[in-house]
Amino acid sequence: MNKAFLQIGFHHQWVASAIRFVGLFVLALVFFALILLVFGKNPLRAYADIFSATLGSAYGFSEVAVKMIPLILTALAVALPSRIWLINVGGEGQLFIGALFATWGAVNFTNLPVWLLLPWIGILGFIGGGLWGAISGYLRVRGWASETISTLLMNYVAILLVNFFVFGPWKDPESANYPQSAPFPDAAILPSFFGTRIHLGIVLAIVGLILFHFVLSRTRWGLEMRAIGVNQEAARRNGISTNRYIILLMLIGGGAAGVAGMGEVSAIHGQLRPSLSPGLGYTGFLISWMAGGHPIGIVAAAFLLSVITAGGDILQMTHRIPAAGVHILMALILFVVLARPAGKKGGK
Amino acid sequence: MIISFLISIISGAIHSGTPLLYATLSETVGERTGIVNLGLEGIMLIGAVVGFTTTVQTGNPLLGVLAAALAGGLFNMVFGFLVITRRANQLASGLALMFCGVGLSAMIGASFIGSRIQGLNEVRIPLFSDIPIVGRMFFNYDILVYSAIPVAVLVWWLMFRTRWGLGLRAVGENPTAAFAAGKNPHRLQYQALFIAGILGGIAGAHLSLAIAKTWAEWMTAGRGFIAVALVIFSKWHPLRAIAGALLFGGAISLQLQMQARGVPVSSFLLDMLPYVLSLVVLAIWSGARRHATPGSLGRVFQGTE
Repeated sequence: MNKAFLQIGFHHQWVASAIRFVGLFVLALVFFALILLVFGKNPLRAYADIFSATLGSAYGFSEVAVKMIPLILTALAVALPSRIWLINVGGEGQLFIGALFATWGAVNFTNLPVWLLLPWIGILGFIGGGLWGAISGYLRVRGWASETISTLLMNYVAILLVNFFVFGPWKDPESANYPQSAPFPDAAILPSFFGTRIHLGIVLAIVGLILFHFVLSRTRWGLEMRAIGVNQEAARRNGISTNRYIILLMLIGGGAAGVAGMGEVSAIHGQLRPSLSPGLGYTGFLISWMAGGHPIGIVAAAFLLSVITAGGDILQMTHRIPAAGVHILMALILFVVLARPAGKKGGK
Repeated sequence: MIISFLISIISGAIHSGTPLLYATLSETVGERTGIVNLGLEGIMLIGAVVGFTTTVQTGNPLLGVLAAALAGGLFNMVFGFLVITRRANQLASGLALMFCGVGLSAMIGASFIGSRIQGLNEVRIPLFSDIPIVGRMFFNYDILVYSAIPVAVLVWWLMFRTRWGLGLRAVGENPTAAFAAGKNPHRLQYQALFIAGILGGIAGAHLSLAIAKTWAEWMTAGRGFIAVALVIFSKWHPLRAIAGALLFGGAISLQLQMQARGVPVSSFLLDMLPYVLSLVVLAIWSGARRHATPGSLGRVFQGTE
């Protein structure tokens, strides 16, 4: 009886938190509807259009899944370092540098066979994003700059770097005047499934989630990270090197964002362009925050924000609302999550 | 040739440094009460778009500045509600505010893209502006440039020479002690954030009304984040912020001058200068900043229960 009672209790708790989250989400939708009304748009039509264009058809649904791939990876880029209170806001830059490295590999190693070329550009993407993240980790360890501000500033440097290459040395001479690299060879394009744009990156995203969960809950590393997260001083006195974890987690997190960049440039664009990412790194930050760093939560939040991102394109086309307009809805969701009554809040 | 180049660099530094100074003062006021605001970027965008649209509709750029200041102050109250009343995480709340500012400014400005305005014109000061070289270098700016240093002095005076400022800084160092001494930490923090919002709004207005004289989405391009770095560089001191803003204004001005003169370096690499300089400056100043950091920065007063 006792056991059954516990199960009901557990079940009830899970349902309660789900209901609470839905309530918060509806609250954010109401706020956004009010803002749309102020701008003279019809919020009900806007929501109906978003819904039918994303979840109303198999194609729309597959496009939501396509958008989830980079978002899960950039959310992991934030969630992993956040385990020891590192705030990585550099997903955007890490994604761009990952794409830059992957492009270098794809364009310069065209005669490698596909089974070698794909892992090669994947590794390059990971290294690119990882190095970009590790720089911020190093700055933090030396006490030179907090990772929050350095990752933010390095986003701009990364995007300018990609612009430099696609407007300059890497510009495809055959593309009239568009700033873009030479197209990827076929062997460097991640395969897609079921006649949709869902690509192999989805496997990487899922593997990333599983590894994230497994390492945190089942390994010594996860335990040590928890120790650092709870009490850095105590962890240090127990011989855990905080500095090593700071650099390592920024490296792996940045690497995840870099893999997201590799996936986007290879499977979606097929060549490096400045318009590679509509803020995927920043959206990943919101997702990780909404999910509290929990793997299932990351999937749920990534799904939600994919729908909103895809909805942004719809609103731009049919309601003449600027694409950046949905940033308001994303911000409102985060506002209500942050402002929810204390007690269930994680962290400080 | 050299002289005209130098004049361009210096007057450019003063021009580009002005929004950075207002923004740095904004962040300084907030951080002195213990609140880091990464939403400054969003506040500046709101200031830029409100200032611009008001100017287009009224034809009066001064009204634009006023509207921008007010909008910035009110917008920052959202942040205040989250971090002060709801005690939410400051960094996440700041980034959410930035997002909101990016989206809201894009919506407000959508139908104003491509509009042209006269904007804030140079105000010539009789006699002084006619001095050869010096006149061009120091007495040929718009009103917000002239008022920037007086505003910095005013902020310094408010924070370091008034009882109100003392209370503000006490809350930033140790809110519990300030509470015990009869201060109301939450009220002081709200007041500080309102003033910070006003300054951030003015910073944005200077970008859209005096520098660009037009509106573009995300036109602040990270200046809000550079200002956060500048606060550390200036050790949370309003007067030292003047030097910091001039240094970074100089970097932006140098980059613009090199592009204008066709120096054969990619403009994208030159554009990196202010961001890289921010990181370098942070690294160099890291040793000095420990003593200057407000004691409770990043933490929120939990009350006395």
